[in-house]
Amino acid sequence: MDLTPVWLTLKLAGITTLVLLLIGLPLAYWLSKGRSFGKIILEAVITMPLVLPPSVLGFYLLMAFSPQHGIGGWLQRVFNVQLVFSFQGLVLASVIYSMPFMVGPIKSALQQLPVSLAQASYTLGKSERQTFVHVLLPNIRASVLTAAILTFAHTLGEFGVVLMIGGNIPGVTRVASIAVYDSVENMDYHSANAYSLTLFCITFIMVVSVFVFNKYKAKSPLE
Amino acid sequence: MITVDIEKKLRGYGGQQVLKISSEFPHGSITKIYGPSGAGKTTFLKIIAGLIEPEKGMIISEGNTWLDTEAGISLSPQKRKAGFVFQNYALFPNMNIRQHLEYATNDKQWINRLLKTGKLDTLSTHKPEYLSGGQQQRLAILRALAIKPKLLLMDEPFSALDPEMRLELIKVLRDIWKEFGMTVFIVSHDQRELDGIAEGELLINNP
Repeated sequence: MDLTPVWLTLKLAGITTLVLLLIGLPLAYWLSKGRSFGKIILEAVITMPLVLPPSVLGFYLLMAFSPQHGIGGWLQRVFNVQLVFSFQGLVLASVIYSMPFMVGPIKSALQQLPVSLAQASYTLGKSERQTFVHVLLPNIRASVLTAAILTFAHTLGEFGVVLMIGGNIPGVTRVASIAVYDSVENMDYHSANAYSLTLFCITFIMVVSVFVFNKYKAKSPLE
Repeated sequence: MITVDIEKKLRGYGGQQVLKISSEFPHGSITKIYGPSGAGKTTFLKIIAGLIEPEKGMIISEGNTWLDTEAGISLSPQKRKAGFVFQNYALFPNMNIRQHLEYATNDKQWINRLLKTGKLDTLSTHKPEYLSGGQQQRLAILRALAIKPKLLLMDEPFSALDPEMRLELIKVLRDIWKEFGMTVFIVSHDQRELDGIAEGELLINNP
């Protein structure tokens, strides 16, 4: 079995999780504070990948990233960056596709914390940033870890979006889920089974770890 | 002197009420705030601290305007820096007793004195979940004192303490309030809890 697709999958999932941690934490914090019409719309957009067929999302991303159209054309002209059929494109598509798995759990964890925790910190003269780093974040770390594991596991299982954006370029965009599809197409069931089993084991371990972690750690810190 | 003249709409089971308070509180005074549940006692404290915005009003503390809705002035809670003891304590579950105080101040001597005052010095590495209700309440008081506030707002701060501990704590707290010239507002349900301590009273009783 060629291990390159597995390595590429793990690399994609790792980078996506890292990027989403950086984007997801401030975004979830902002969304957790109050409700406005704009926030509701943005939250709906972030949640869409949960319910939209991956091929639909992939199609629109393909159109958007294509060098012949809008954003893709602009990136090509100004920065000479091509997102379609490239690893960077896969990362961007994965970030969009897996965003609800990162933002959702963190946002609801923040909303479950008593408002008085942040208020107590403010009355001590601490800024919003200090309050987030020293008070809020440490008290939702179980949820952050759960969100990160779910995001990683979800990215491992991507197929539709990855196929639409990245195609099937060995060593560049041919991740494990594509390799399974490709092997079956070529009647190579032995390789398909090897890739499938690898993905199954990694994902199973991650999901079990979420359940185990939640069982012991992810209770409300105020219980 | 703290001058307060505010108006805030309150939503309750009985429909909408208006919390209207206009009063002056001398510098260094201790004021007991009382009234029925839901009348707006906690809201009043939070308005002063800058945690809730009233629809209309003005708050002037020691000559500084904290709030003037007509002039569009409203200082943040960080700038008002009023010590606040929350009714639900609002302790940080991730911090132990000492860390709570270290988060508020860098003054080690002051922290040690506070820990002794609250009789929590032997428990300083304990997190809130391992403390009794009374110990948690004392920690909430110490944390508010840690910043040496000019104004201290306390929302039912002695409710979880046994009578003996309450009397003892109030005695040492009075010394600290005097020493730092703190103006203190205490919400209390117990009519006799602050007998001989509070110099003024404020009844919040909305129709």
